Amino acid sequence: MPVLKADFAACQGYANCVDAAPTVYDIDDDGVVVLLRERISEEERPHIEEAARSCPVSALTIEDE
Amino acid sequence: MSGGRTVVVVGSSIGGVRTAQALRSEGFDGRVVLVGEEAELPYDKPPLSKQFLSGQWDADRTVLLTPEAAEREGIELRIGVPATRLDVAAKEVHLADGTSLAYDSAVIATGASARPSPWRPESGVHVVRTMADSRALHEDLRREGPVVVVGGGFIGAEVAATASGLGREVTVVDPMPTPIGRVVGPEIGQYFTELHHRHGVATRFGVGVEGIEGSAGDLRVRLTDGTELAAATVVVGIGAVPNDGWLADSGLPIENGVMCDEYSRALDAPDVYAIGDVARWFHPGHREYLRVEHWTNAVEQGVCAAHNIAHPDDLRSYRPVEYVWSDQYDWKVQIVGRPTRGTRHELVGELTGVKPRAAVLYTDEDGHLLGVVTVNWPKALVQCRRMVTEQASFDEALGKVKELAAAAPPRRAASTDTGGGR
Ligand SMILES: Cc1cc2nc3c(=O)[nH]c(=O)nc-3n(C[C@H](O)[C@H](O)[C@H](O)COP(=O)(O)OP(=O)(O)OC[C@H]3O[C@@H](n4cnc5c(N)ncnc54)[C@H](O)[C@@H]3O)c2cc1C
Ligand code: SF4
Repeated sequence: MPVLKADFAACQGYANCVDAAPTVYDIDDDGVVVLLRERISEEERPHIEEAARSCPVSALTIEDE
Repeated sequence: MSGGRTVVVVGSSIGGVRTAQALRSEGFDGRVVLVGEEAELPYDKPPLSKQFLSGQWDADRTVLLTPEAAEREGIELRIGVPATRLDVAAKEVHLADGTSLAYDSAVIATGASARPSPWRPESGVHVVRTMADSRALHEDLRREGPVVVVGGGFIGAEVAATASGLGREVTVVDPMPTPIGRVVGPEIGQYFTELHHRHGVATRFGVGVEGIEGSAGDLRVRLTDGTELAAATVVVGIGAVPNDGWLADSGLPIENGVMCDEYSRALDAPDVYAIGDVARWFHPGHREYLRVEHWTNAVEQGVCAAHNIAHPDDLRSYRPVEYVWSDQYDWKVQIVGRPTRGTRHELVGELTGVKPRAAVLYTDEDGHLLGVVTVNWPKALVQCRRMVTEQASFDEALGKVKELAAAAPPRRAASTDTGGGR
């Protein structure tokens, strides 16, 4: 099952991920990304992959577990 | 499915790379070839005026696609060779090494180049667009001596901030009285000017450059008001021009960018797409042809073009809400929508002092929320980006942002770094 990871220290709060996939990514008061969920389904993957790739500092990855 | 089809993507920076990857996410299982003129692995541009220019990041951190990742995703990399010609009738891309690539669909993602400096002394004048440019400038910025930045737009302002961070004495020159005012309006633009001053960077706005003489280490910048600035290094950041010259004999309509329809297909050539800085497409929401030089636009337009290539029966029109960020000194600036189309704005928060937090909302006579500028406030940006997309009213948006401000008062100065120890 695909699992979402985020490099919180690298995140710059550009928020492209939140705009592209608001069901899994959000942002906190300090402007750092929040994972609303960690596990996603295979069906969701392509869409979330595109959201992850819209991060300007490549802070987001999807791993297989 | 897509079996047996070939897509050739020309231009291997952010737009081209993300298009190639999105083709796979969209289920395209044919051949994908990514052509790029530079010999470096595909790299990203925003750090070239920020973390890479300052020396904080090394080149590895700017890489967008490693050979391993390319192989994993089934992307054939043809880098170090420019495309020289597009034959629309024969459906071929010709490369400088004499070979050619046949395509079923082609994606033009050749971006833009720095507008060249009209002033050409012997040496010491830089532009910033490529990794080689940024590397050369970094070398010169490490030397003693004053720096003059010509152009007070985003790239000029970022370079000034980086140079001053490296200990250089910096002056920014621009013929406009408030250069960033072009994007945020003159009143808010004034705060951007003060931001330079607060960090010890001088500005000569409303004054043009007449000439530059001398050589690296010993340059003289003559201004239109008769004064002269001494500089060891000069950086010219006066905009970009689309890389559409190689398409001159392709027959594609070119008007300061490749003219495209709302699906990002070149006019009169539905097998050819153009995306990113090089594309001028019809935005169906704004009902006008636009060319946008922003990172997020290159990614989103690439994803849209990839979708349309993979799913020709389900064409999606490209109607983005503009979004750009810029990092200058202690400001993280984010701009969404079209602030300058507004006739009135309201500021929530502060734009003075150390690491301030603010949002500026723009509206027109009809009370629509047209655009928002935030400083050090990503949370507000997220909400506003959504509200601009949903075409919310100005009053509603203003109410929401004020609520947000009240719920989480700004954290002053002390916390300079975010993230960490999580
Ligand atoms: C210094 C700098 C800082 C920036 N900072 C920000 C920022 O903070 N926020 C933001 O939103 N945007 C920023 N931008 C803008 C953003 O980087 C661009 O909008 C984005 O790079 C556009 O991507 P692109 O792929 O369309 O074009 P480009 O990045 O220009 O890439 C085009 C690629 O095509 C290649 N190419 C050109 N001609 C040919 C040919 N004939 N054959 C083969 N290959 C060719 C080029 O070598 C290049 O690699 C910045 C730009 C610069 C230069
Ligand atoms: S896009 Fe990247 S930098 Fe921006 S909020 Fe998401 S993770 Fe952070």
